[in-house]
Amino acid sequence: MRDRITAVRRNVLARHLFLALVGLLVVVVVVESISDYRNTQLASMAYLGIAAGGLTVLTGTNGQLSLGHGALMAIGAYTSALLLPDSDSSLPLSLVILAAVAVTLVVGAAVGLAAARLHGPYLAGATLALAVAVPGIALYFKETLGGEQGLRVVMPDIPVWVLDLAFFVTGQDLSRSRYTAYVGWLTLIVVFVLLANLSAGRTGRRWRAVRDDEVSAELAGIDLGRARVSAFMVSAAAAGAAGAILAFTVKLAAPSAFTLTLSLTLLAAIVLGGLGSLAGALIGAALLTFLPSVVTDVGRSAGLSDIQAAELAPLVYGLVMVAVILLAPAGIVGSLRGAVQRSATTRRTTSPTTTKGTAS
Amino acid sequence: MTELQLSGITVTFGGLTALQDVGLTVGPRQVHGVIGPNGAGKTTLFNVACGFVQPDSGDVVRRGERVEGLRPRDLPRLGMARTLQGLGLFDRMTVLDNVMVGADHHARSGFLGGLLALPRAGADERALRDRARSALEDLGVAAYADRYPPSLPYPIRKRVALARALVSEPDLLLLDEPASGLSAAEMEELGDLVRTLTEQMSVLLVEHHMDLVMRVCDEITVLDFGRVIAHGTPDEVRHDPAVLAAYLGEDVH
Repeated sequence: MRDRITAVRRNVLARHLFLALVGLLVVVVVVESISDYRNTQLASMAYLGIAAGGLTVLTGTNGQLSLGHGALMAIGAYTSALLLPDSDSSLPLSLVILAAVAVTLVVGAAVGLAAARLHGPYLAGATLALAVAVPGIALYFKETLGGEQGLRVVMPDIPVWVLDLAFFVTGQDLSRSRYTAYVGWLTLIVVFVLLANLSAGRTGRRWRAVRDDEVSAELAGIDLGRARVSAFMVSAAAAGAAGAILAFTVKLAAPSAFTLTLSLTLLAAIVLGGLGSLAGALIGAALLTFLPSVVTDVGRSAGLSDIQAAELAPLVYGLVMVAVILLAPAGIVGSLRGAVQRSATTRRTTSPTTTKGTAS
Repeated sequence: MTELQLSGITVTFGGLTALQDVGLTVGPRQVHGVIGPNGAGKTTLFNVACGFVQPDSGDVVRRGERVEGLRPRDLPRLGMARTLQGLGLFDRMTVLDNVMVGADHHARSGFLGGLLALPRAGADERALRDRARSALEDLGVAAYADRYPPSLPYPIRKRVALARALVSEPDLLLLDEPASGLSAAEMEELGDLVRTLTEQMSVLLVEHHMDLVMRVCDEITVLDFGRVIAHGTPDEVRHDPAVLAAYLGEDVH
């Protein structure tokens, strides 16, 4: 039995699919037990989580900074909006998401090619330009992209088999916001399984090697440019999927949703959660989504006026940020992992029998 | 057949001539040392041999074939590996992962296999992990497989770096100042290790610890001011008047 458990732990795919299944169960329980309003928030957390997951692979695993992931989300969202112009469109949402991913992948390849030659502040500058330029494109092509107002996204009717399945499993009718939350979280699970697979294998190891020491990575036969571009493309693809979910959730693709703030928010999420960790990206996304509304509610119930309560949220958010940076500079997950490792090392060094022997 | 032949290598940086018509030949199963006073061009010659520096003129010939525009990332394919003086370990990766990167060119599975975690990719990973583990065992550092390099003492890190180079199974190993920072006893061990390596490969080494060089090398090339001033067996080089003059005041014996 124990052997079987270790075998499952060693097998990358089995481990990730197991986690995905557990995640799916949690999602069903949570989505079914909360209000429609909370489900819309849950869908927001899903798209922030997907984009942050992609960004943490790029920044944490490969060491490239991007201030332009909000713009890549915009490309995914506009692609979705163009494919869902009115209620007659019968395109399945899965295809819409795939199309959003494909278009963003192409843009990501182009940006990644340029980015692979840049480092540090120059890379930040180049991706910043992306963040600033992309919303401008929407304004320029007013006819097709709707200008300042943006494009409306009309969600197609929920497929009958999904309604049936939902009723069969939960015994309740599936509301629209629940449906959106499910689509978002299913997408998140699929994206995270794929990202985790890559990260655990050869590709992820190459990305990390390039991040840690370019010269050594090159001597090991790794093509630095290819490693960087592939990391950027993977990250962009995730941002594209996130953009599609955003479009489904807010039913609109408009320039105001994809300001530089969005890109910075994503960076904040992965730094808070812990760079390079998918679980950290999810925690960061949860904080960003729920902290403001929770704090506002707490403030209101403590007798503050609505405006005062609303002003409390950015304050608490800033304090959390400062606290994490001071107390847990490796992020929430990073610091937890570090603590576990330290205690493991202490245990090993205090029992001399295990380290001796092969050590010269 | 010779493992590596450098001939007529000239390198200039701006107006400065770092190497002038330098040549050397590394034979099979041979340890070839490059020595010389500071600034003699040893490191530049090394960098030419592994593609970090493109020479202005001259040829790099690997097993009888001229290598055009050698790049560092071609080394594994050419059966060559190089260690770095600063080790260049991947600090945020475990020791095992460090060495697995060194074995990377043995893997065949591609991006898609990794994305979907196909069985093929899993088999590849297991093979790489086994290779890396046995390379660590060969160098007596398998106990540190799960540790991170910054937490390890320098001589251990050095062995990890060597394991990472050896795991690619080169038949020509380039060692850049392998003895720096080692104690006399550790240097002794290193000398023995380099000699055992010659059962499987040739070694080209840059080093300025004379006793180590004299002990392990079959042949030595001496550089001074970017030129070859002497070349031969350790005994020949030791008594060469030009070498004595270049090292005036230093102990060559």
